Amino acid sequence: MTTASDAAQALNSKFGDSILSTVEFRDEHTLVVSLEKLHDILAHCRDSLGFDVLTDVSSLDHMGDEPRFEMVYELYSLSTKVYVRVRAAVSEDDLKVPTVTNLWATADWHEREVYDMMGIEFVDHPDLRRILMWEGYPFYPLRKEFPLAGKPSEMPDVAFTGVAPLEGGPFVTQPSTAGSISREPRARN
Amino acid sequence: MNVLLPVDTELAPAEAAYDSKIEGNVIFTRLDTAINWMRKNSLWPMPMGLACCAIELMATGASRFDISRFGAEVMRFSPRQADVMIVSGTVTYKMALAVKRIYDQMPEPKWVIAMGACASTGGMYRSYAVLQGIDQLIPVDIYISGCPPRPEALIEGMLRLQRKIDKEPSFVEQKKELIAQLTKA
Repeated sequence: MTTASDAAQALNSKFGDSILSTVEFRDEHTLVVSLEKLHDILAHCRDSLGFDVLTDVSSLDHMGDEPRFEMVYELYSLSTKVYVRVRAAVSEDDLKVPTVTNLWATADWHEREVYDMMGIEFVDHPDLRRILMWEGYPFYPLRKEFPLAGKPSEMPDVAFTGVAPLEGGPFVTQPSTAGSISREPRARN
Repeated sequence: MNVLLPVDTELAPAEAAYDSKIEGNVIFTRLDTAINWMRKNSLWPMPMGLACCAIELMATGASRFDISRFGAEVMRFSPRQADVMIVSGTVTYKMALAVKRIYDQMPEPKWVIAMGACASTGGMYRSYAVLQGIDQLIPVDIYISGCPPRPEALIEGMLRLQRKIDKEPSFVEQKKELIAQLTKA
């Protein structure tokens, strides 16, 4: 296995039914797999295909779609210098994903961040606590329904949050050739 | 409120001024002024470095800008030895109560400088995670604009704080919080 497409083919031949689709975009290879086989596929990637580095774990919120959430794993092989991305959809009704901390120790904090920001639970994670917000914070801030300005919360002697004044914002740039004055970040209503 | 030094107002000034042995070594002033003069020229900062403003704070303390010229080079990492807290950086909600706790541990008299846009107003972080200005938790004496401010701006802030201290009735109002606590109880 020397290229990402080789790896994608090797996975396709072994886990044919569980690989729902493969996407190739500008030499980036993405495998969309079923959640049931996710851990097996990632274990196979590490043990047989030589993906010894887990670069990143992240999650997506496709609010309005079903299944709503999606896990994203970025794998890298130090020996062949190949990147592969593995995605798996997670339903909102059953927000449980098998942990990969037993494959890559680095997944520990990444999965804690996903749990903190998106509320996806990792089964058999050794230390599943919030990592950025504090224990007891009642929201998952990176979900789509959570407002940018935040929501008020109060935990005496621990922390509190308030609502940030947006003053007509959010302040976003606008692609334009008209000039820097029309491009610069300002409230778009 | 003027508090006078206990001197014989009729004779002592004239005697001291014309006594060649001590001439030039005795200054007549108000107690307020004397205390303020000492306080403002030995401001020991509590460096509350929370983000990139802390880099500028470090530059201000280092040789090129050198706040020891104004008596403020003694950064104290214990709040009990500090006079002025320089809140330099983004105050997240997770950090906010820790900042307040450290402020509470500083002995009076104490002052606060909100350095930079984030500490003053939340800055560009209009978000769920950032306190929108440290003045929501603790009283701020000096706000410094900038993102981050140049060391010159921080020095200007320290000089303005010195001017502010100069005008304070230091002798009667030095334990404001303590008096407020005692009178409430």
